[in-house]
This record gives sequence, structure tokens and C-alpha cells, in this order.
Amino acid sequence: MSALSLRRVRDALPLLPFLAVVVVFLLIPTVTVIVNAFVDDGGFSLARIEALFSPTALSALGKSVLLSGSTALIGAVFGAVLAWLVIDSPPESMLRRAVLSVCSVLAQFGGVALAFAFLATVGLNGVLTLWVQHLFGFNLAGSGWLYSVSGLILVYTYFQIPLMVIVFVPALEGLRDQWREAAFSLGASRWQYFREVAVPLLTPAFLGSALLLFANAFAAYATAAALVSQGSPIVPLLIRAALTSEMVLGQSGFAYALALEMIVVVAVVMIAYNALVRRTARWLR
Amino acid sequence: MRFSRLVAACAASVVVLGGLVACAPPEKEDSGEQTQSGVSAREATSAEDFGGLDGLIEAAKREGELNVIALPPDWANYGEIIKAFSDKYGIKVNSAQPDAASQDEINAANQQRGKSSAPDVFDLGQSVALANTDMFAPYQVSVWDDIPAAYKDPDGKWVNDYGGYMSIGFDSAKVPAVTLVDDLLKPEFRGKVALNGDPTQAGAAFSGVLMVALSQGGSADDIAPGVEFFRKLREAGNFLPVDPTPATIESGQTPVVIDWNYLNAAETKKLPSWQVFVPSDYPVAGYYYQAINKDAPHPAAARLWQEFLFSDEGQNLYAAGGVRPVRADNMLADGKLDPAVAASIPVVDGPVTVPSPEQTQKATQYLSEHWAQAIG
Repeated sequence: MSALSLRRVRDALPLLPFLAVVVVFLLIPTVTVIVNAFVDDGGFSLARIEALFSPTALSALGKSVLLSGSTALIGAVFGAVLAWLVIDSPPESMLRRAVLSVCSVLAQFGGVALAFAFLATVGLNGVLTLWVQHLFGFNLAGSGWLYSVSGLILVYTYFQIPLMVIVFVPALEGLRDQWREAAFSLGASRWQYFREVAVPLLTPAFLGSALLLFANAFAAYATAAALVSQGSPIVPLLIRAALTSEMVLGQSGFAYALALEMIVVVAVVMIAYNALVRRTARWLR
Repeated sequence: MRFSRLVAACAASVVVLGGLVACAPPEKEDSGEQTQSGVSAREATSAEDFGGLDGLIEAAKREGELNVIALPPDWANYGEIIKAFSDKYGIKVNSAQPDAASQDEINAANQQRGKSSAPDVFDLGQSVALANTDMFAPYQVSVWDDIPAAYKDPDGKWVNDYGGYMSIGFDSAKVPAVTLVDDLLKPEFRGKVALNGDPTQAGAAFSGVLMVALSQGGSADDIAPGVEFFRKLREAGNFLPVDPTPATIESGQTPVVIDWNYLNAAETKKLPSWQVFVPSDYPVAGYYYQAINKDAPHPAAARLWQEFLFSDEGQNLYAAGGVRPVRADNMLADGKLDPAVAASIPVVDGPVTVPSPEQTQKATQYLSEHWAQAIG
């Protein structure tokens, strides 16, 4: 081995633990999922993939896409507006720093804690529900909308908007002041600058962020698991049911197929995301 | 030479991985020592194979440890039972994943087969137990003849250890007393009635729907009226789709809970206004299945655990947890059941519904097709 390749080996050494982790926690599970989705009783079989087209699985996929799509859209629109408002104030302003800090925290505030916060507030026996019922005689909780997909849309939006702010602020910061000044000095109105310069520049970043939000919601599990205990409306919950059911046994193959389905959906989304980000990067260099 | 870096990294990853594998617990080498009768502990089917109970105790003490799994301390008094066993025989009890489900027990046994950390004994729900009988070692405890034939496998591969009745627990400070299943449809119960789990997934919820079905004119062969009742319950806004836990009960989030009577009874200790109603006109009973892992790393200790659970002492400890031990009737007749404890076990006259595996399977099939629709 030449001295050069020896040096290369030495340079690569610090990466080894990372590579090992990637292999153990990412590559091996992914390969396991793919292999097991197609292998049944030791031979190649499409039976498990076929099960993905049963009404239960299709309905779960439909609801997962609906949930991820709607929360990505709501989160992207509101998050972008909020980011636009925040970016207008100077970097050292209290408002901007406060909003960005709060967003960083709330974007990670999923899971059991968030689900419980909503249950305790607008659930059937929530504080706000009982209070509104008492004061105005109006039933906020209805017949339990919070415990199904409609409730998940509300709760997911709660962490999607702040996430959008965080990923969209850098794109807004990439809009250079000089471009605006140039547009204005050439006689553009504020609206014209917005429509003909800012929007075309930001569209790829906006769509890319929306896709990231979609993937984020699609893969989220803990919040839904804590909130929905009956039926398994979305794919991650259907995987749980297939793995842990005491009543219907031997469904682990179905779980592998569902996991593969999720990997495929997220992979498609991520490829689209990368393509869009590459387009934006040209402008923001 | 871009590849050399990649190849080197992969090679080193393999080395690191090899190290990880090497860190796993060693495989157990001895396959259970020989007993006095020349049978290995793994093959022993009764205490006689050890030359009597004393021989079994000796062998178990030499093993020194017992691995149990999925035994929550506040479930059926398992916390006390484990402590009593450990104190009595000086055997260390390793309790893994106390909140795991039945299927997790089987998964753990398969994944850890041959390791010293594998579970020695199982405590399983009906479906999981009957689907995995070839993983059990047959064993007959000393009190074998005292256990009714309906509650044991003829070879002793499994024995029902304890069971209970489906019940409705309610907080009497928040809702009117429940005396009929139909009461739950009243407006006073708006948003208050919870079921312990999803009946297509959890045994307790399944039995809850079955009990409701019986109250609506259904049977173990016809669970549809139960599903229909829950549809009405949801349409009335009374069904609360929250998984009840001790925390939700104590905090008042789930004021009415359909669950096993022993789980509901355990809540009364923490919340005095919590009452338990066992509908005596349509009782549904369910028993758990006790079995020995045939690949148990501590075969003698696993067998001693069986002897302890089914002894008068073990059965009384179960009863103190509000469950109905399998020998309850015979022990009551012989005056061996602690009177204070006996009073707390619900008395049910007349026929009790225990669905057969075939009935359970058929009903589960119906539920997987109709439940989500009825409550969504």
C-alpha cells in the first residue's frame, strides 16, 4: 500500500464509528425490511405486498397521505408568512430572537407530551372543554373529533408551523437587499418586486420545505400513538397493530410490507426535495 | 483511489460490528444438570424427576436465578409474588419488560434462544399461548389433580394460573352507579366511557366487547351486537377513545372503564370512590396461561416457579391481587383460601362465558372488518 493510500485510511478512521452506526441502525434494518417484505416461508412471494392493497391498508395509506399533505400545506403557508414577518425585523431584535427560539423548541415538541396537552385541554374531559361548556353551553369536543385523523391534523400542525419557520428563514435571508434595491431603483412597486422577484426565487425553497414537512408528518408515530387508541387509521399505527396484536397473530410480514411502503413514499418525497433544493442553491450561493 | 477510503471504512466497520457481537451475553453451555432420576432438568415433567420437591428446590437454588417477563408489579399482585418467591428460596428474579404484551414474550424467547437472559417462564393471553404450545415444556405441579381439567393442557404444557371477569369500573363521585350495560348510553355518561384498548389488538378490550355483546342478546358466536352497541355509544358522544391507565383514572380523564375486574379493583385502593360492577347476568371470564419455556436457561428454577404459583401460598397471593386463582373453588371448599381475600373475589352463579379459541378467532375476524368503522 502506498503512503498516499495509508494516509487516506488514517483520515477515514474518525468516520468509522459513524459508519458503524449507519450500518447497524439504518442499512441493516432497511435491508431486513426489504427482504422480509418479499420473502415468505423461505421463498420469494408477493403475498405480503398484495396485502398492501387490502381495504384496511389502502385506507390507512390514504389517511396518512391526507394527514401529512394537509398539515404540510397548512404548516408551510402559515410558517412561511410567520417567517416573512419575522425576517422583516433586524437580526438582533427581541421579537425575532424570541420567535426563532420558541420555534426551535416547538418544532421538537411532538410525542406524548403534546398529545397529552391537547387531551387535557380540548379532549372530552379537557379543561377548556368543560369551561366552555359551563360558560357558553357549547361542546368543543363534539363526539371526540380529537381522537381521530381530524384531531391529528390539528395536533401535527402545532409542530409543523414552527418547523417551517426554521427551515424557511434561511431561504428568506438569502434574498439579498441589493436585489430589492435594484428592483426599486428600476421603478418596481413593492408588489411587483414580490411577485416577479421574491416569489420565483423562493418557490423551490417553499416547495422543498413543504415536502420536508410532509415526510416529517408521514413518519411521526409517538403523537398519534398517544392520541389514537381505537382503530389504526394511519400507516404507523397499523404497523404497531400488526406487530403487537394479541388477537390477530402472525402479521409481522404485513408490518414489513407496510414499512417498505413507507420507505418508498418517503424516498420519493426526499428525491423531489433534493431536486428542488439543488435548484434553489443556484440562487442562494 | 476514491474507493480505498470506502473499502477501509467498511472493513473497519465490520471489525467494530464484530466487537459488538462479541459483547453479547455468552451462550449458555450446560443444558441443565442431571437430576437424581437421571433425567435432565430440561426434560423433567414433575418434581418426582428431581426426587421430590426438596430435590427441585436444591436444583433451582444451584441455578440461582429466574428470568420472568411481562409481569407488571401491580398486575395480579406480581410484585409481591416475585418478592415472596425470591425471599423464600433465595433465588434472584430478573423481571424483564414488565409492561410488555404476550406476543413480546414469545418474541423475546425466540430472539434470545440459547442466551442466559432468555425468559424461563411465560404468562400469556389465550391466543398467543395456544398458537405457541410447541415452545412450552410439559410439567405437572404437585397439586396437578386439584386443578380443574378445563383449565389445563392434558400433558401440562400450559395451565391456567389466574383469571377474572369483565367488569365496568366507575368513579361514583363523577357518574351515577352503573347497574346495567345499557346505563352507559344515558346522557350522564357523555364522553366518559373508555375501553381498555382496541379489541382487535388487546385481549381485555376483546372480552369487554364480548360482555357488551352478551348484554345485547349476542353470544360468544355472535359479537356483532357488541360492536353495534359501541357504535350507538359513539353516536351518543359517550364513548371516550382514550387508553385508560392508572394515571388517567386517578386524574379523572377516564371516569368509566370497561376492563378486567382485578385491574379495576386495584384502582379502588388509590381512588376510594372507584367502584367495580361485574354484570352477573352475562359474565365473561378470561384466564391467563402459565407455561415453561422449553429452552429455559434455568429449567429447575422455572419448574419451582410453577410449584410456587400453584401452591396454596401462590394462589392466595394471586387472590390478594383481586384475581381469581385457578384453584379458587377447591381451595374455598377446603378452607385453604384466606377468608379476607376470598371475600374480595366476585361471586358469579350460573354459566360463565369463556370463548373457545375458534370462537375468539371468528369474533376477531368480524372485529377487524367492522370495529374501526363503528368507532371511527
